[in-house]
Amino acid sequence: MHKYIFRRILMLIPVMLGVSFVVFTIMFFTPGDPARIMLGERAPADEVALLRTQMGLDDPFLVRYVNFVVNAVRGDLGRSLVTRRSVAAELFSRFPATMQLAAAAVLVSVAMGIPIGIISATKQYSVFDGFSMALALVGVSMPNFWQGMMMILLFSIAIGILPSSGYGTFWHLIMPAVTIGTSSAAIITRMTRSSMLEVVRQDYIRTARAKGLSESVVINRHALKNALIPIVTVIGLQFGYLLGGAVLTETIFAWPGVGRFMVDAIRQKDFPVVQGGVLLLALTFSLVNLIVDIMYAYIDPRIKAQYK
Amino acid sequence: MANSTADNDQPVVKATPTPNPAGTSTVQTHPKTPKKQRSQWAEVWRRLRRNRMAMVGLGVIVVIILTAIFADFVAPYGFREQNLRLRNNPPSREHILGTDDLGRDILSRIIHGSRVSLQVGIVAVSIAVIIGGSLGALSGYYGGRLDNVVMRAMDVLLAIPSILLAIAIVSAFGGGLVNVMIAVGIASIPQYARIVRASVISVKEQEFVEAARAVGARDFRIIVKHIIPNSLAPIIVQGTLGVAGAILAAAGLSFIGLGIQPPTPEWGAMLSAGRHLIRTAWHVATFPGIAIMITIFALNLLGDGLRDALDPRLKQ
Repeated sequence: MHKYIFRRILMLIPVMLGVSFVVFTIMFFTPGDPARIMLGERAPADEVALLRTQMGLDDPFLVRYVNFVVNAVRGDLGRSLVTRRSVAAELFSRFPATMQLAAAAVLVSVAMGIPIGIISATKQYSVFDGFSMALALVGVSMPNFWQGMMMILLFSIAIGILPSSGYGTFWHLIMPAVTIGTSSAAIITRMTRSSMLEVVRQDYIRTARAKGLSESVVINRHALKNALIPIVTVIGLQFGYLLGGAVLTETIFAWPGVGRFMVDAIRQKDFPVVQGGVLLLALTFSLVNLIVDIMYAYIDPRIKAQYK
Repeated sequence: MANSTADNDQPVVKATPTPNPAGTSTVQTHPKTPKKQRSQWAEVWRRLRRNRMAMVGLGVIVVIILTAIFADFVAPYGFREQNLRLRNNPPSREHILGTDDLGRDILSRIIHGSRVSLQVGIVAVSIAVIIGGSLGALSGYYGGRLDNVVMRAMDVLLAIPSILLAIAIVSAFGGGLVNVMIAVGIASIPQYARIVRASVISVKEQEFVEAARAVGARDFRIIVKHIIPNSLAPIIVQGTLGVAGAILAAAGLSFIGLGIQPPTPEWGAMLSAGRHLIRTAWHVATFPGIAIMITIFALNLLGDGLRDALDPRLKQ
């Protein structure tokens, strides 16, 4: 088991190297001179040239990439061209807010998706099933930034019960979390339903029923446990989507996280911040998927047995 | 993308069991008998037609496409036509969906915006299908080291949430229609590479491929003539859902100011422009969002229906 976890962690290294290469390459070919952006349009050419040398901007591509990776491993993602502060420090100070939002969104999506999916599956083709499946389809069809605005319109402006922006209390968290979590909730609902439907047809479920077990025990203990693997996979994959969605949603709700910081950085052409932000979010996503992979082993003894 | 995962237990499938029993579904039939293949597409169409929700989706999409084509005739006003005396006017008889901050008719802008959104959706998915599909086909067909390299590269791209990858590309190379299409397309390459690879691997061991090889067909011919047609089903399904995802992604990019630039009417950009008016003029942001939602909803309905019609056993 430990061997398996260790191997999965090792596999993360080439992937993250790849991600850093992709991100670095995109930013490398970006038109615009970082030294020029830092010093402003009116700075004399020799000063810009000096800063270019200092920043290592005149080095060849590979040298710069290797430096970037070596520094990134040490936790140094360069300096913001705008605030001149350390990108890593700026990102990490905002990271907890983003994680809080993502965690709340996962909670919303799981709390909605799994129960609705189970009920839909147990009452297939019922009115509830039809209604929740239609709702799920609406959920995946709404652009989340639009949904956020509509929620502000309804709950902040029309009814006036929730704050439209800001950070700090539980009430501030509700709308952004629901906004990001909705489409994931819809996908988890559909996945739970189809996975449950498949499991419910298995022989061992018939056996469980034949033994005289109550329906709730059959569903919760026998069916759900076996239906969980694809559901957990989807939840893990959704996490990446949630992190991406956070970029837009944080902007709408003025949530002080990594996403909004990145959007501001994009507007100011602050490339080290964009680069660092993408890297940080990709690493988070990969780590979450790693955790999901490890969780399989705990959910499914068959997987555990393979790696004993 | 958000809508790539779903179940396929549509009631209609239950009502119409697969006419090809014993696992001979669309994916596996010999492509060299054109007559049979035609009847197969007819069969798919027949199954699709029985799916009421899919037909609703198809109908809506046809209407949207026609609207986009005939936008100049359908729209009551020009999309750049300003009337500064009518700024941010709520819906009225003259302007059914109201006017925006420059007094432009929102309905007309939504109608013209459908052109942009459809274009972005279709072109971005085409880019992803062509590049991702080729990579997946080569990698699945040849296997070995090539497969390893390509798939590891795809793992890397998949590790970056696709909207973030698109944001990174557009923020580096600038917004605008073409860049948005490319960015969104590149960001969805890995999905298609994986799907095509998986179906190529399942097809390439089939007897008809062996037969083609036995009569001396070269790799290129085998891939193009035999393997790709037999991997079409999952690509069509994913492509339909992918258009929806691409439209959403493009709208998202425009929303943060990285996408299609004004005065081109684009739904995401219109939404973005309405964001600051939400307290005073709710309609400016509301209606473009509804337009996006209807389009995506219809594409999802069709995509789900196509999946069921093309291969009822196809999961994901």
